Amino acid sequence: MKANCWISPNTVEVTDVPDPTILNSRDAIVRISSTAICGSDLHLLDGYVPTMQKGDVLGHEFMGEVVEVGPGVDRDKLRVGDRVVVPFPIGCGACSACRNELWSCCENTNPNAGVAEKMFGHPVAGIYGYSHLTGGFAGGQAEYARVVLADVNPLKIESDLTDEQVLFLSDILPTGYMGADMCEITDGDVVAVWGAGPVGQFAMDSARVLGAAMVIAIDDVPYRLEMAASQGYRTIDFSDTDVRSALLELTGGRGPDKCIDAVGLEATHGAAHVELYDRVKQAVRSETDRPHALRQAITSCRSGGIVSVIGVYGGFVDKFPAGSWMNRSVTLKTGQCHVQRYMRPLLERIEAGQLDPTRVITHRLPLVEAPRGYDIFKHKQDRCEKVVLKP
Amino acid sequence: MINGTVTVHPRADSSLRHDPVTRGLGWVSAALGVVQLLAPARFARNLGVGDAPRHRLTSTLVGIRELGVAGGLLGLPHPAWLWARVGGDAMDLSLLVRALHDHDGRGLSRTVAGTAATVAITLTDLYAAVTRTTRRTSMELRSTTTVTGTPDEVYRFWSRLDRLPTFMAHLEDVRMTGERRSHWRAAAPFGRDVEWDAETTQDVPGERIAWRSLDGADVPNSGEVRFVPAPGGRGTELHVTLTYDLPGGAVGKAVTKYFGEEPAQQLDDDLRRFKQVFEVGEVVRSDGAPHGKRARKEFPQHPARPLDDDERKEVLA
Ligand SMILES: NC(=O)c1ccc[n+]([C@@H]2O[C@H](COP(=O)([O-])OP(=O)(O)OC[C@H]3O[C@@H](n4cnc5c(N)ncnc54)[C@H](O)[C@@H]3O)[C@@H](O)[C@H]2O)c1
Ligand SMILES: [Zn+2]
Ligand SMILES: [Zn+2]
Repeated sequence: MKANCWISPNTVEVTDVPDPTILNSRDAIVRISSTAICGSDLHLLDGYVPTMQKGDVLGHEFMGEVVEVGPGVDRDKLRVGDRVVVPFPIGCGACSACRNELWSCCENTNPNAGVAEKMFGHPVAGIYGYSHLTGGFAGGQAEYARVVLADVNPLKIESDLTDEQVLFLSDILPTGYMGADMCEITDGDVVAVWGAGPVGQFAMDSARVLGAAMVIAIDDVPYRLEMAASQGYRTIDFSDTDVRSALLELTGGRGPDKCIDAVGLEATHGAAHVELYDRVKQAVRSETDRPHALRQAITSCRSGGIVSVIGVYGGFVDKFPAGSWMNRSVTLKTGQCHVQRYMRPLLERIEAGQLDPTRVITHRLPLVEAPRGYDIFKHKQDRCEKVVLKP
Repeated sequence: MINGTVTVHPRADSSLRHDPVTRGLGWVSAALGVVQLLAPARFARNLGVGDAPRHRLTSTLVGIRELGVAGGLLGLPHPAWLWARVGGDAMDLSLLVRALHDHDGRGLSRTVAGTAATVAITLTDLYAAVTRTTRRTSMELRSTTTVTGTPDEVYRFWSRLDRLPTFMAHLEDVRMTGERRSHWRAAAPFGRDVEWDAETTQDVPGERIAWRSLDGADVPNSGEVRFVPAPGGRGTELHVTLTYDLPGGAVGKAVTKYFGEEPAQQLDDDLRRFKQVFEVGEVVRSDGAPHGKRARKEFPQHPARPLDDDERKEVLA
């Protein structure tokens, strides 16, 4: 089959690879009907996530039709012919993390848990197409994928919603929603969102449906800010505006009650010297992540507020504003998304018309054009917001 | 959540009980001790050092020492007793050197002969002590994990010893051969199959299982698992201790090499897989790490892309 593979930093390539087969009794094979490129894939492309190997199949946002199930799959839960959306973290449903709905921290699904444990102190769940640190599972930017523990993870789609309406239940919609959910939004809350990429857009939509009084988008890409403005959100362009004073201005000097970092480790910075500082540190590996958005979110948040981090970090950051965080009773919450926790309720919100995930799609490309998709998504060409690939 | 430790220390070796050199030296000590105690004057005269009360007293004291060492070597064999002999030899030699220095000439040839004999014995003792001590070490591995399930459920799962090979990387096969007896077979790590019989030494349902290899194992070993309820309904903690009595020579080297720089990692991974088998039903495979329990630790792995037919046959074999 054809699959989009990581070759080396900044190079991906669509090549022929063997078709996936059942390796564990509770596996299923899915023929992929739609898949997408995520901001997290850019961290892999740019070489910021360790343990990528030449030939790794990329992609963790995918859906399709079940074409084969292993002998151990519970047929009441999943059968050949089912149409499913596959959550990116692999859960087992049986360990204490999964039982507590912390699916991305599953204790059983990462065959390289020992390595992850050395890096993070405790292991993390397996993830499709997302380095060997998270298990070395082939991803879904391909024609077929092997889905692990297929009777606990995938969400069956039984209504006639289109692929584009439900595809993002695999990752970015639940991720954006979790970003807002962790904010524990209460009446009158102003929520500021760093990053107007697809994840940021969904965090904004979720903050709205969870009752935020005002939602503010912060980015420096004009067309992405326009997209946020089109939904009625306030915007701040950090390339020409001082973010902190703009936020104070918008909130009567209080600062946003809740802040969401939907940027992660490759943040850019308006001030060239700060940007340079972190770039140099990153290049010499004395810092692995560039935490501009995180720093700014912490110092901007009102005292006693919550900073919810869904942007991905991989290693270590420098100049963490511990003083601001500690002295002002700011709460930090974070996690890879516990997708399984949110899939069903969000499917209902889509069916009820409260959320429209299709609004972020700007590009539909055949799978074979995945490398071009990465290119335009990364360089924000052609007003690109989200690329959907069709195998 | 998995937390392994390893301790390695030199240890008494029960096989010394059957070691002819150790036993021989034990009997030499016994014989000398008896003579020196029963006939101190004659012993001193025979050595040509005179039989003044001072000489007789020395002979008696040395005799007591020899009997003590003999008791140790024959009763509770441990390399320390061989070292005690070496220490005693050093003492005897210094006494003899002094005797030679102060010698009045009568029976000098006997003293010289005695000294020569003591030098020979010292060398023998030194050889025995060195070869019997440094080779054997015992390696203790410990690890712990928590699984969802009651202590009784987890105990029942583990007490089926024939299930251990599904998650313990080095075990090929375990068969129950009697009420408390089992036959174990381990593969590759030692470069060849190693088999041994074991007996269950403790079996307390819901609490503890312990076993120990029987005489004749190439690598004498023992193990213990305790099942402890975790607080607040968090399942059951398993506390596992494995002890390997590592011999010298090629087998010992192979075992040590197998366990590598981080021996406890092996047991950690075994327990991680136990948790998977208990909670999920089998060991989870990925394209990058498709080997299941025979997981190979080395990086780079197989790329995260589906296996081809040959690769699949190999890993599922
Ligand atoms: N937690 C999870 O489970 C999860 C899941 C999916 C994605 N993610 C992460 O979410 C983040 C966003 O994903 P995406 O798909 O929207 O990616 P994206 O790259 O399209 O969006 C990131 C946006 O942040 C903007 N940005 C850069 N520096 C900034 C700064 N200093 N301040 C404000 N905005 C800044 C960029 O211009 C860009 O528009 C990534 O880090 C991704 O890895 C996390
Ligand atoms: Zn993603
Ligand atoms: Zn789990």
